[in-house]
Amino acid sequence: MSLDVVLFAVIASATGLSALAVVFSRNIVRSAVWLLFTLVGVSLLYFLIGAAFVGATQLIVYVGGTMVLVVFGVMLTAQQQFLRIRTRSAEWLVGGALAASLFALLVTVSLRLGQARPATSSESLPGAGQLGIGFLTTYLLPFEIISVHLLVVLIGAAYLARAKRRPVDRGAA
Amino acid sequence: MTELGLTPYLALGAFLFACGLLCIATKRNAVGILMGVELVLNAANVNFVACARYVPNFQLEGQVFALLVIVLAAGEAAVALAIILNFYNNHATVDVDKADELKG
Repeated sequence: MSLDVVLFAVIASATGLSALAVVFSRNIVRSAVWLLFTLVGVSLLYFLIGAAFVGATQLIVYVGGTMVLVVFGVMLTAQQQFLRIRTRSAEWLVGGALAASLFALLVTVSLRLGQARPATSSESLPGAGQLGIGFLTTYLLPFEIISVHLLVVLIGAAYLARAKRRPVDRGAA
Repeated sequence: MTELGLTPYLALGAFLFACGLLCIATKRNAVGILMGVELVLNAANVNFVACARYVPNFQLEGQVFALLVIVLAAGEAAVALAIILNFYNNHATVDVDKADELKG
């Protein structure tokens, strides 16, 4: 057993357990905290794979940005009756069957893929420099599209979530 | 098994995807559904980065796609939270079962 395998087993089991806890915890605040642990675990996996830049971006953007947004959403809508909304057991049954069958299907496919491609880990992954050069040459168009998309999306989100000035008139109309 | 291959990462990605799908299907709180979507996107990202490591000639592409997905997830979370807050302001609830005004 090499160090990689042990580290992967530890991090992957922690990540998977956190993901399970996101699903099964009734309290939405606890779900948010478990999601935070899941995202940190995934970023540790990226570091383990060797994609340090993607791992750092995951930590900064996801854990630092998106999770703060989600926690703000939880806090702004957290009233006592919404913290624990019950799910019907029929929904658990249907959703669980769907998720289990999809998981079985994906594992079958990935087993076949893994057999087709034996481990060919040789050289290290390209780092931040090569990624930056790639973004500014080969992948310039997706980079520009996604930057403009992010700008538009953030302006739209700020417009949607702005404070209403006259809620009384709006209600009367 | 002394060498990690592609398969464990793909299996973990499948597990995260199934958890995200279960989260989307069973949560009734809108923010909980958003968390499920984040889980699904992370599962896809795990697959991308693992393929960047283990598939030849995919080293740059896998990381590039993963970064694009991270940025898209940030934008998606912002818009979804804006919509959820609007819904909460208008209806004083975040239960998605109450969002049935457009039901035919």
